Amino acid sequence: MRASRIGLTLSYILLIILSVVSLYPAVWIIVSSFRPGGAIYSPTFLPERWTTVHFTELFTDKSFMFGRWYWNTLKIAVFSTIFGTLLVTLVAYSLSRFRFKGRQKVLSLLLVLNMFPNLMALTSVFLLLNQFNLLDTHLALIIIYSCGAPVLGMFVVKGYFDTLPRSLEESARIDGASHMTVFMKIMLPLSKPILVNSAIGLFVGSWIDFILARLVLRARENWTVAVGLWELATNFRTANFTMFAAGCVLVALPITLVFIFLQRYIVEGLTAGANKG
Amino acid sequence: MQRKSILAAILSLIAPGLGQLYNKQWIKGLIFLAIDALGIWYFAGHLYRAVWGIVTLGEKKQQLVKVGKVYKNVPGDHSIQLLVEGLIILIIFFIFVWLYVLVVRDAYKTGLIREKGGKIARFSQSVNALFEKNFPITMLTIPAIGILFLTVLPILFGVLIAFTNYSGPSHVPPKSLVDWVGFKTFVDLLTLKTWSHTFWNVLLWTIEWAVLSTVTCYFGGLLVALLIQQKGIRFKKLWRTILLLPFAIPFLCSALIMNNLFNGEFGPINQYLGYFGIPKIGWLSDPSWAKLTVVLVNAWYGIPVTMLLMLGVLTTIPRDLYEAADVDGATAFQKFRSITLPRILFITSPVLITNFAGNINNFNAIYLLTGGGPMTGEYQFAGHTDLLVTWLFGLTYANNKFNFASAIGIIVFLMIATVSILSYRQTKSFKEEDLVQ
Repeated sequence: MRASRIGLTLSYILLIILSVVSLYPAVWIIVSSFRPGGAIYSPTFLPERWTTVHFTELFTDKSFMFGRWYWNTLKIAVFSTIFGTLLVTLVAYSLSRFRFKGRQKVLSLLLVLNMFPNLMALTSVFLLLNQFNLLDTHLALIIIYSCGAPVLGMFVVKGYFDTLPRSLEESARIDGASHMTVFMKIMLPLSKPILVNSAIGLFVGSWIDFILARLVLRARENWTVAVGLWELATNFRTANFTMFAAGCVLVALPITLVFIFLQRYIVEGLTAGANKG
Repeated sequence: MQRKSILAAILSLIAPGLGQLYNKQWIKGLIFLAIDALGIWYFAGHLYRAVWGIVTLGEKKQQLVKVGKVYKNVPGDHSIQLLVEGLIILIIFFIFVWLYVLVVRDAYKTGLIREKGGKIARFSQSVNALFEKNFPITMLTIPAIGILFLTVLPILFGVLIAFTNYSGPSHVPPKSLVDWVGFKTFVDLLTLKTWSHTFWNVLLWTIEWAVLSTVTCYFGGLLVALLIQQKGIRFKKLWRTILLLPFAIPFLCSALIMNNLFNGEFGPINQYLGYFGIPKIGWLSDPSWAKLTVVLVNAWYGIPVTMLLMLGVLTTIPRDLYEAADVDGATAFQKFRSITLPRILFITSPVLITNFAGNINNFNAIYLLTGGGPMTGEYQFAGHTDLLVTWLFGLTYANNKFNFASAIGIIVFLMIATVSILSYRQTKSFKEEDLVQ
């Protein structure tokens, strides 16, 4: 009994250490965002005086328009999530529940496309957008995020559709339901968890993308929060670290809330991926 | 009586839609004819130039021409734009040809029905078939167009660039032309001393990184899950939520935060170490430390996810196995080795392999933390922690070496394809065993 007591105590100590390591960066950045002055160095962990000036600065400063950027990002993320999830569902459903000529080829093609580093496609996506006069527009990002969604997220959703029993749609078909009805009335409601999971992925992905967004969005007022944060991190960090900290909190907060409240669905996606093999 | 089907097919071959008209499917025939006319009108003007553009990549250089007394810059052919435009037109052309084939086949089939005296589908029935018999194809059409232009086309372009000499300073349009050079880029990358030295070192580190980061996340996650799941630990849910937090912060933010935490000059980590009299460590500026730091930070971010997964898997292991082991007097370690570990490995091995492939491509982890640095003069445009993908990015956006970047992209693809094929075969072989379920 004594050995297990010691083991348990050690486990608790280990858990506490791990918790501190897990929480420390977040706590540190939140505390820093409320600290007066701009320096990263601080003799004490907690500031002597708390201030919200860095947050207000980010909304009112001439070169930082977080209010506007929030709105831009929200717009892009919401539309990309809606269209992207729709496209993912269409592709996954067709490939999972139907057998048609060329199905295997489509599956292999999607698999192969996933193996290329997507940075490779960046140059020509840029040229393509230029060709269609879509540079510096939010539409461009919405189109790219939503059309890229089926390639990246299709397999997890398809894996979920694969597990739904075939008898469901067969009995409905015998009762005379059209494919559309089966899809809308039976399959969609049943697959809600995985669709929410894929929607979260898309939302977060478009919220924090700074590579493509930085390439496409030129005018400052068109930026997203991720591009703004990147600017804060690269050009303002040394002089104004606390402002970067405030920006970080602003960018991370919505995503962290989404994660905490929709945790259940994220676990769903993970286990769906694990059962795939 | 074979005639009707053949005739309809030939008519549609001459002009798609004619066969349908012959089959008395008026609306369908007219729509096809209209599409056909539109297509021919479009391709008559564009197809030749598209093929010419792809084959030659332009012939006229930008040059100075004397107009009157002043020299004027006359724009030449823009090779890269020619390539992209050409690819777009070719893709549309292939869609057109495919439709053409479908229309001919449709005319032939309807002809057959007529020969057998069957009823010809009315237009409304044809439309209906789109949502019944051909439902999956109809559903796939819109996503397919998106994927074709925004994924297939860009990747095709990316692959083709590797076979050109598109690189600064001497071959960047619009100032000069770009040419096809075959496998020269690959040969240069592997044989020219400056390039090959960088390539092999970056490749080696990429593999080291992929192995290290996969192993740390996988076993780290497993250990944390076991720790929480232990008999006697209280507040399991609380621990789980706390330890999950790193995963809930977007990596963009946490990586930039870490970058500051590990700052060699002012960062708090060095500051705290200073209290214990430990001199400042160049977490991100010393080559070996930087490699350790990126692996650590990646583990910090990646372990929570694996923990979550492992916690899920652990609950699927039947309790009676452990009870039986207890009866036999097995120690905790024996139980772990003979019951827990094999189960875990069996269920999660596909995840392990996917993670390995993903880590080869893990751009953000490196780019946001070190940017590939510390840079070194020994390497060609690369630093000590550069992975193949971050090197690729740097070559494209900082150094205009587009062809080398593409060649590296293809090599990464080959690596990931190999890993994926191996994993696919492994999961297949796993499926034949009957261990689980």
